[in-house]
Amino acid sequence: MNLNSVLIIQNLFNGLMVGGLYALIAVGYTMVYGILRLINFAHGDIMTMGIYFAFYAVVLMKMPFFLGVIFSIFATAILGFLVDRIAYKPLRNAPRISALITAIGMSFFIESFAVVFFGSNYKSFLKTLGSNSSIIFKTYKIGKIIIPQITLYVILITFFTLLILFYIVYKTKIGMAMRAISADIPTTSLMGINVDLVIGFTFALGSALAAIAGVMWALRYPNFYPYTGFNPGLKAFIAAVFGGIGSLQGAVLGGFLLGLIEIMLITLFPSVMQYKDAFAFLILILILTIKPSGLLGKRSIVKV
Amino acid sequence: MNDNKSSPLLHMDHVTMAFGGLIAVNDFENKIYKNELVGLIGPNGAGKTTVFNVITGIYYPTKGKIFFDGIDITPLKPYQITHLGIARTFQNIRLFSDLSVLENVLVAQHHTIDNADVDRILKKHGKEKKVKGKAWFWRSVLKLGYMKKEKEMKNEAYKLLEKVGLSDLAWEKASSLPYGQQRKLEIARALATKPKLLLLDEPAAGMNPKESEELMKFIKFIRDEFDLTILLIEHDMKVVMGICERIIVMDYGSIIAEGNPMEIRTNKKVIEAYLGKEWEYAE
Amino acid sequence: MEKLSNKTKTMLTIFIIVFFAFLLFLASRYLDSYRLRIINLMAIYAIMAVSLNLINGITGILSLGHAGFILIGAYTSALLTLTPSQKVSSFIIEPVNPIIQNLHTNFFVATILGGLMAAFFAFLIGWPVLKLSGDYLAIASLGFAEVIRILALNAQSITNGALGLKGIPEYTNIWWAWGWLLVTIVFIVSLVKSSYGRALLAIREDRIAAELMGINVFKHELISFIIGAFFAGISGALYAHWLTTIEPKITTLGPILTFYILIMVVLGGLGSISGSVVGGITFALLMEWLRNLEDPFTIFGLNFPNGIKGLRLLVISTIFILTMIFWNRGIFGRNELTWDSIYRFFKRFKKKRGGK
Repeated sequence: MNLNSVLIIQNLFNGLMVGGLYALIAVGYTMVYGILRLINFAHGDIMTMGIYFAFYAVVLMKMPFFLGVIFSIFATAILGFLVDRIAYKPLRNAPRISALITAIGMSFFIESFAVVFFGSNYKSFLKTLGSNSSIIFKTYKIGKIIIPQITLYVILITFFTLLILFYIVYKTKIGMAMRAISADIPTTSLMGINVDLVIGFTFALGSALAAIAGVMWALRYPNFYPYTGFNPGLKAFIAAVFGGIGSLQGAVLGGFLLGLIEIMLITLFPSVMQYKDAFAFLILILILTIKPSGLLGKRSIVKV
Repeated sequence: MNDNKSSPLLHMDHVTMAFGGLIAVNDFENKIYKNELVGLIGPNGAGKTTVFNVITGIYYPTKGKIFFDGIDITPLKPYQITHLGIARTFQNIRLFSDLSVLENVLVAQHHTIDNADVDRILKKHGKEKKVKGKAWFWRSVLKLGYMKKEKEMKNEAYKLLEKVGLSDLAWEKASSLPYGQQRKLEIARALATKPKLLLLDEPAAGMNPKESEELMKFIKFIRDEFDLTILLIEHDMKVVMGICERIIVMDYGSIIAEGNPMEIRTNKKVIEAYLGKEWEYAE
Repeated sequence: MEKLSNKTKTMLTIFIIVFFAFLLFLASRYLDSYRLRIINLMAIYAIMAVSLNLINGITGILSLGHAGFILIGAYTSALLTLTPSQKVSSFIIEPVNPIIQNLHTNFFVATILGGLMAAFFAFLIGWPVLKLSGDYLAIASLGFAEVIRILALNAQSITNGALGLKGIPEYTNIWWAWGWLLVTIVFIVSLVKSSYGRALLAIREDRIAAELMGINVFKHELISFIIGAFFAGISGALYAHWLTTIEPKITTLGPILTFYILIMVVLGGLGSISGSVVGGITFALLMEWLRNLEDPFTIFGLNFPNGIKGLRLLVISTIFILTMIFWNRGIFGRNELTWDSIYRFFKRFKKKRGGK
């Protein structure tokens, strides 16, 4: 095996990992969009908060790391629920542009909140993990291929989490209510379903996944600060659009594809490394001009 | 009635419009001649509004072509089709609600100073240019001889409002008008684009008998006043039977009957399509 | 309908402009340089807000790419006013591109070229972006602004990358800033008050109906986008020569700046030009006033010796969200401050008092 193919295989795993993280965030965008036709601009920042929650649970409350993550998942879910209740619910009947602008404001609010209460400097899980920090550095070797243990963990946890998500959406009562609402809100409310509660649950579910993604992100790229979620947030949104916004499968597919394409591009053409972030946006423009409904989305018909 | 049978104003040449598997309009073939007043009727979901959307360029037909005044308008964009002389109203009123009544009409006149595209299309078909004068954008922003033009446009708009009886409300917000007046304003706005063919989508919807009586007179009036050809979708049979010279009946996307009101009234297929076999038309 | 004659209105307008110019003259004579800087910033913010409002509020396209155009204006103009020797000495990592090194011109021409360059980019970006609708357009425009920022971050020989440009002469004075604001307002008001402006408003109200009334929606949106970008570029040039140092960071010439401008526009009233001017001025004042929160202060007996970093932004964003939820018309709604509206206001005011 030559060096090149080793690199490619290693980066295939990298791509799967980054793509998985995009997918976990993207499903949050797509679920909310499917129901409210709203881009929850603050979703990336909710992910940032998920990182901070876990961090402070471990540092301040002295929780073991695993418990800290569980705490963060619940805290972030509640945060997502509250964001919807406080900022978006009052604007359900307002023009869509108002809701979108409010979402931008919410993103800005969470970022400044983090600056004020958590500080604008970089933080890291490395110190807090202490002796356990080996999970970040440990690597597996198969022949010449070196894969960090954390990469494998992230991929496995992502798959597992997505499985749970699909189970919730397709096999439970609340999931059925979510799907019903995304098809037709007025009718669903007539069926005696508490629409606001289901929407709140959707936000909570998406946020919980963002928290999981966030913690893994912070383990893989150990430094985080209040604007950490901005970039992955945007990329995940692009992934959701890529796969067809509103479609759960689309978001997962889009996430993995975007991650793989991004990493592979850098592997094959290392000189474009600096422009990595610009690339996702070019994909966005391209997909929107060629197939605006995304890979798995349905085409919408203009009604006059 | 039609002095020139050989050249229709509008020719729908076997037009089919499919959305995925759903065929909304199926092989629609019809010719409409100058100054005709044609009704397009059919049960809900028969594809009438889709016909309008295909004619005005909102949808691109799956099959077939549409000719207007001898020009193939199938590939054209909606605004270009409007420039050539087709205007329409909407089933659900779509006024520019935050603008005044006068401004609503003025917007529809905008293409008289911004129509480079259509000049090209007309030229290609060997027809005369519409309005001369170029660079109106800069002239209008820098106010170079624009105020005179603006005044002309306003006068024209106001005259149009006078003709349709809305001039008293010229400075009101469009959304503040009562329902019936909003319908009328929509028609006035469409007229301001100087159409040859006017498409009216359920103009009598939501009107009481007295109002629809007035509407019938109004439609006849504008046809004569503006030398129009009118195609009209309507559910109110009294209106359709009262003013249309020819009626096209659609069901499930296809034309099932065509003829004058007398013929349609007694057509068996039409009766079946509407209310099953027991239905009888009672005046 | 109460109305003033056109002649009176023109006289009043000329009077108010002269009066304002006199106030600015007094300010330039008697205020210290710190206060003058804030007064200049007000005008710069107002230009940014008015130009974004043309796109977002008047045409109804939710573009989030404004910071990108400002960045282009800022870099273009700064590279033109920096002297060749300044450029050579500040480009450390990679030498400056020889063409750019030798281009040099005065501030006025540099400002205009900054605007034109931004307008040109708007033209290029407009083609793909304006084909999209609503939310997609918002994200795509934000994305383009980010792409521009990333390019600026990496095109070492042109922009000096992450090091940014330093030592830009502080040319932006009260006359340039407020003079350009006047030009911006006059141009955009004149546009809105023409048939083209009505077409833009119609597009905002109902794109499909506008298209079917014979308006080439895409072309008009593109015009609006380009003109908005032009003035954004102008404001960028003024901003660069106000800041004297520019870097392609998220917080200075990135999405955060776009959020700021969006706040100004929404606060003033989406769709109102007067609102945007007031919004821009208010925002500059508010930001300056809230700076107190980041200096040492004591509240409820609690002492914050270093102030609280970031609290200013937290307060601003809270105000923003509350505005959106409870008062989304902003200060002016969609109304404009005109002589007629002032006249009517006083008439009504008089009547009310007379009635009592």
